[in-house]
This record gives sequence, structure tokens and C-alpha cells, in this order.
Amino acid sequence: MLEYARWKYILIAAVLLVALLFALPNVFGSAPALQLAHRDHSPVTAAEAASITGYLRQQKVPFQKAYVDGSGRLMVQFANVSDQFRGSDIADAKYQRTYISALSFVPKAPAFFRALGLKPMPLGLDLRGGLDLLYQVDVNSAVAQMLQNYSQDSARALAAAKIPVRNITFAATGGSVLQNAIRIAFPPGADLAAAQQALITPLQGLSITQDSSPAGPELLAAMTPAEVKQREDYAIEQSVTILRNRVNQLGVSEPSVTRQGLDRIDVQLPGIQNAAEVKNLLGQIAQLEFRLQDETANAIQAAQSGNVPLGDKLYTNTAMGVPLLLKREVIATGDQLTNATVGQSQQGPAVDVVLNSKAGDNMLRTTRQNVGKHMAVVLIEKHQETSTVDGKKVTHEVTSERVINDATIQGVFGDRFEITGLSMGEARDLAILLRSGSLPTSIFLQNEQVIGPSLGQENIRMGIAALVIGMAGVLIFMAIYYKVFGLVADLVLIANVILLAALLSMMGASLSLPGIAGIILTVGIAVDANVLIYERIREEIRKGVTPQAAIRAGFEKAFSAIADSNITTLIAGLVLWVFGTGAIRGFAVVLTLGIATSMFTSLMGSRALVTLMYGRKRKVARLPI
Amino acid sequence: MEFFSHQTDFKFMATRHVWYGLSAILIIASIVMLFTRGLNLAIDFTGGVSAQANFPATVDLGAVRTQLAVAGFRDAQVQNFGSLRNIAIRLPPQPKLGNQAVHDRVESALRAVNPGATVQQLSVVGPQVGSQLETSAAWALGFTLLLIFLYIAFRFHTWRLSFGAILAVLHDPILVLGWFAASQTSFDLAVVAAILAVIGYSLNDTVVVFDRIRERFESNRRLAPNIVLDQSINQTLSRTIMTKVVTSIVVVALLVLGGPVLKGFSEALLIGILAGTYSSIYISSAVALECGLTAEHIFPTIKKTAVDHLP
Repeated sequence: MLEYARWKYILIAAVLLVALLFALPNVFGSAPALQLAHRDHSPVTAAEAASITGYLRQQKVPFQKAYVDGSGRLMVQFANVSDQFRGSDIADAKYQRTYISALSFVPKAPAFFRALGLKPMPLGLDLRGGLDLLYQVDVNSAVAQMLQNYSQDSARALAAAKIPVRNITFAATGGSVLQNAIRIAFPPGADLAAAQQALITPLQGLSITQDSSPAGPELLAAMTPAEVKQREDYAIEQSVTILRNRVNQLGVSEPSVTRQGLDRIDVQLPGIQNAAEVKNLLGQIAQLEFRLQDETANAIQAAQSGNVPLGDKLYTNTAMGVPLLLKREVIATGDQLTNATVGQSQQGPAVDVVLNSKAGDNMLRTTRQNVGKHMAVVLIEKHQETSTVDGKKVTHEVTSERVINDATIQGVFGDRFEITGLSMGEARDLAILLRSGSLPTSIFLQNEQVIGPSLGQENIRMGIAALVIGMAGVLIFMAIYYKVFGLVADLVLIANVILLAALLSMMGASLSLPGIAGIILTVGIAVDANVLIYERIREEIRKGVTPQAAIRAGFEKAFSAIADSNITTLIAGLVLWVFGTGAIRGFAVVLTLGIATSMFTSLMGSRALVTLMYGRKRKVARLPI
Repeated sequence: MEFFSHQTDFKFMATRHVWYGLSAILIIASIVMLFTRGLNLAIDFTGGVSAQANFPATVDLGAVRTQLAVAGFRDAQVQNFGSLRNIAIRLPPQPKLGNQAVHDRVESALRAVNPGATVQQLSVVGPQVGSQLETSAAWALGFTLLLIFLYIAFRFHTWRLSFGAILAVLHDPILVLGWFAASQTSFDLAVVAAILAVIGYSLNDTVVVFDRIRERFESNRRLAPNIVLDQSINQTLSRTIMTKVVTSIVVVALLVLGGPVLKGFSEALLIGILAGTYSSIYISSAVALECGLTAEHIFPTIKKTAVDHLP
């Protein structure tokens, strides 16, 4: 007889109930909103919120509601995008100094859903608008930095062992023998064995070979390909982390920072309005260095005469407005900095800095000998400029170095110290600069794309309308063609869409055009599963089998076709999910989840419904199929 | 309601050589089209010029588009960005003009709309689909084909069906690409997604027919393979056509009502669905037959051991 286990009914009902809860916020949709957050990240108070909304009302900007969200940001919800733009213009004009504003979307679902943390699927950048920045990480310079460390360490070790050296050179690129290697040249007759002994520790992990040139013997120490790869990966991962930190400083809702391909990082900022400001904060800060000032020489004279003392570097671009001579040795770099916060000292506002232990040791050694002298912070910015030379596009790297701070060393300190003598605003800016980190290597903006939400809104409206009409057509057609069974298929299809929407909302996956392609394919696959089953039942009935036996045979025989065809498609979906990027990945996520939900609803849901209607003891003379 | 109340009995395999010819012609035509006319690649692939401009007052986007067209910038995408006074402009690549020349022309076009307009920023942007992404997509495709080959070989016990399925999977996207080259419809990332969906449909279809072939072979081991294949295709024909009709309802709705953005996308889906139906009959199944598919491959007879276990 036709029967179905009770636990399966309970499971299906439970799954559908949960899915319905997660999918419901999507029914309410999202409304355009303006998000205002304090620049210092302190929460917006109720009084401040009231004053801002009062100002908007006074300026006759219609908004639907305003509230402070869980992260202490004021959200002002608008009925449409043009109100949102107007509100943002007016709010920015008055509050730009103290607030970071961003255009975003907020769920329209009742507060009850927000309290439970249930949110609708965010729309992809192609649908809602925003800024998409693609950065390229300069992995070569990351490797070069490593080689520089190796050569400095070698020089120190050889000097300590009193072994004379002619010079040390290195190269990260180029097809020469020197690629990813350092070359240490010795005067003729040098003791290479002793040198190699002295270099064991500083050059650990490098493969060392002996060489000779007319000028004397040489040692070549090369990084292994695995080490080069590891260094490159590290540089990219760290850049991703730092970019993510910087993006978080912007206060944008739902930003995404992801590694793409070998050496690229994709930053997606939904609803962001000022591309220039964002790019400044994200890309331009390259490296930070702490250096000692050389107070024995006159920097102004050096700047005029161009004679810079040996071992010094002249900086004309300084925040103090006067040229400075700094020693070449770097005490600490920005990537060794673990924290920088705004604090209060007896001399007024200050920035409290914490370094990692290696830099702390170095700082301790330096400050012990240099109390009362000056230490400066240098900001090195790199960006790429494209110019046209002889009709060809030439990209070259522009480096600008700027002394952003110069302070007296008040005492001996190690990994913790404070920088004083700043105004409150200067302290805040310096802390952000220090904290947002110096990138381990340079990143270059490869591509920026601005996607306007107005186009997105129109896309969504038409696309969704077409999808709904198409779906309605499918439902009607199925009901006519398969009668009662068609209605069962309709219910199953609707359940499938609910389940898929719930899964996507749960994952926080965003809905984009390729995602809609995935949904259409999923609907097709779900319909196909039902058609397979019903055509099988019809076949069995034609053979003269009783209705209930026909139903059972139909489900059983269709199973292998559904399973095999879906698993084959699932393989394709999973590979694209793992290897794909951007649009392809978005499609693959929806497809993979869609196949899973479609198998569940068609095989279990459909079976449960049909059994409920025609199972057990009921006598069925003819199936309405 | 029922379109197929009687079991059809078309002799599909008898005419397969004619269809091979047709497929060959279409594939060659597609490849020739791809090489001669090429795809009309959208800005996603070609890159272009990206600019942002400020207006002193709310700006009419339609007027901006008109003025840009007058200045000789066709296919400009103009959107509000951030506020009603700021716009973002995207132009196709301008190889003949320098950056400054583009900047000046755009600015003068905008000043025709409103004299206070300024171009804040203008830069040449690279394509959204970088060469690396293309390589990773090629890897993904190769890997997918390999896994599908292995899965079908595992489930159906023969490489012949795997081979047929892979050929069908390659057949459909080539025809879709050929259509896009011939019609010069704009080829953007959404079309790539549609082609992926087409591959999915085609695979699904193919495997459903294979499943029936497996079942028919199990009950009729002595029947000639071409007859078994014909029976299998005929028995799944009602399902094949039903599914296609139902899916086409959604796709046609998108094509007619989805607006210009979804046009290429739904066109690709529609052509792909048609091609997929045909390829699951005349490519995947017929190719397996050409490779000498028999019942023996799917259900090998277990050889009885001749060794006598008696002492």
C-alpha cells in the first residue's frame, strides 16, 4: 500500500516552517536609507538622532522612519531613491564634519524580524549600486622587501664575524641568476667557509651556492620557490586584512573584501557615495617608518646646497613645514605596529602606540641611546600614474614620502609609547593612519566601477516582475496539464522557492543577475523532477496498473533519473562555486543550493502530499493526472 | 490534458547521419562567425572610460545622454551616483582620444546641459573580467568536464556515454556563442551566467535520457542498441518536451518583459534550451551509439569461474 513514514511528514513540516521564517523578510523587501555614524565610532545618542531628524523635517525631506541600530548608527529610511539622495545631500552639508554618511538599504520587515537577526537577501552590487574597486598587489615588492631584510641581516652577521665584504646586491625580478636571490661579493682571498658559517642563522632556509667573479669570490643565496610563494601569499592575505580594517573605518554597511585570482583584491562597497574619499583612505597609505632625526647636521642648509650627509636622507615634504634630515636606519615599520589609539596625556591629546616585540626590542635599544633626540614618522605613499608617451600608454610608479610627525624622545621605552604635542584632530588622524596599518607591500588600483542604484532599481523592478509573471505562467500551465497533480507540483515549486530564498538569506549571499539565472535554472530543474515523476505515473497507468501502485512505481522509477541528472549538474555547480569568481560564483551558489532544495521538495515534499491524498485505505478509481 | 496520449515511435537513430551533418554545419558556422565577426563584447569585458561629474543642481540624465551622443560618445552609461547632482558616466574605450581630450569633450557636453558642470575625475578602467579570471574559468570548465566524465562513467559503467555527454555539453554553448556572434547582441557577464545555465539544462536532459537507456538495456539485453536508444528517447520525449515548454514560459517572460538588461541573458537561455533538447538526442545518445554502446557495457555479464572448489 501507499504509505509514508510519520517522521518524514514532521521533518518536512519543520523544515518548511523554519524556511518560511527566514524567507519572510524578503517579502517585505528593503528600503533605501541613509546611514549616519560618528567619525570616532561612538554610538549616536537619542538626542542627536532627534536633532538630525528634526533638521531633515525642517528641510522638508520626507522620510519614513529613523532609528539607531545595534551598532550605534542612525538609520533614516526613505520611500524612494530620490528622497534618499536629497536627504543625503542635506545631511552631508550640515553633518559631514562629525558624521560618516553612507547610502544603504534597510529591511522593511517589522522590528520583530530585526530583533531576531532575520534579514532579507542583500542585493548584489549590480542591482543596488555602489563602488567596486579591484586592486592589484605588488607581490614583487613584497619579495624584494624580504630580500632586503636578508641582505641587511647578512651584512650585520658578517660585520660581527669581522669578515670583509665588497658589496651585497639583490633582485626580485628579471631572468638573471639573481632572481629572488642575494649576491654577497667578497674581496679576493676571503675565507668563504667562515663566511658561510657566519651566515647560517641569518640566511636559514635559503639555498647557498659559491660563485666567483674576476673581482673575487661570491656567495649566492636564493629563496626557494615555496618560500617566494609563501611570502607572496602572506603579503596578499595581510593586504586583505588591512583593506578590510580600512573599509570598516568607512562605516559602510555590508562591505566585501575578497581575494581574487593570484594577486588581486576586490573591494565592494554597496551604496558608497564618494569614490575619491574612499580611494584615498584605501589605497594611498602605503608604508610607515619610524626613523631617528640627524641633529648634528643642518637640514635647511642641506636642502639648499643639496649636500646630504652620508647615512642620512633629506625630507622636504613634512607636516612641520621645515625640511628634516633623518637617519637611514628604520627603527620600526607600520606593519610591526599592533595598536594605536587616541589618549590623553598631561601635555594634552596623545596617540598611544603599541609595537610587536621585535620592533619593541629595536625601539628599546634605540631610545636608550637617544633620549632627548627627535624621532619622526614617515609616510610613504605609492600610486600608479598613466601617461601617454608617443601614443603608447605608459604606467609608472610615483612614490611620495612625507614626514607626518616629529617628536622628542622623552625617555627610554620599548613596545609601548605615546606621541604627544598634537591637537585633538591631529591625534585622531594620526591614530587612524597608524592603526589602519601600513600595507606589507604596495597595492595599485586596477579597475574601479561605479554602479548607480537608479539603474539597479529599474533592473530589479522589471526583472522581478518578469520572473513573477513567468512563474505564474508555469503554475497555471502545470495545473492545467496535470490537474490535481499539477497543483501538487505547484505547491512543491513554491516550497522550493521559499527554501532557496531562506537558505540564501541565512548565508547572507547577495542576489545578483547571475543569481536570478540560477533561480530560473533551479525552477526548471524542480519542474523537471515533477514532470519526470508524473510522466512515469501516466506510463504506469497506461500499462493498466492500479492507481496507488502507479504512484509508487512512478516515484521509484523516476528516482534514479532525478538523482543522476541532478548530481551531474550539482558537480558542475560545486566546481564553479569553488573555482569561480564574481558573476560565475554567484550563479554557482544559487544553482548548488537550488538543486539541493529541489531534490528535497520534489522527492520528499511531493511524495508526502500525494501520499496524504491518495495513500492509506482510500479507494481511488482514477487518478486526476 | 495530455499531448502525448500514445507512445510515439520515431526512428531517431536511423536519420542520425543527416543530423550529424547539420550539427557539423552549425558548429562550423558558429566558429567561423566567432572568428570573423567576433562577439560584441560589453563593457564588462572591454573596459572603458569611467568618469564622475558634479552639477550645481539636480540633473536630467536623459539630457546628459543626448548631449554625450551629440559629442560622439555612443553607448554611454549615465547614472546618478550618491546624490541627484552627481553622475557617474561609463564610456566604451576611446582609443583615438587621449585622456585629456576625452575629459574636455565630456565636460563640454555636460556644460551644454548645465554650464556649472565639472568633471571631477576621469580614468581609463580595465575590463571587469581580467585575463586571470579567464584562465581560472578555463580551469574550472576543464575540471568540471573531467568530473562529469568520471561520474557518468561510474554510474553507467561505460565511457561511451560520458563521451557523448561531454560532446553535448560542448555543442550547446558553441551554438549560443555562434548566435551572439551572428546577431551581434551585446555579450556581457549575464550572458556568461546564461550559458552556464544552458550547460546545466543540457546535462540534466542528457542524463535523463541515459537513465532510460540504462533501464531499457536492463530489461531488453538482446535488442539491437539503436532500437533501445530509439525506445528510450521516445519514452522520455513527452517529459523532454514538457520540461522545455515549462522552462521556456519563464524565459520568454524574461525576454519580453525583463527589459533591455535581460535581453541577451534570456536570448542565450532560449537558444540554449532548444540546442540542449536536440543535442541530448542527436549528440549524446547518437555519439554513444557510434562508439559501439551495447547492453554489455552497462550490465556486464558476470563471468562464472570455471575453478572447481571441490577437493
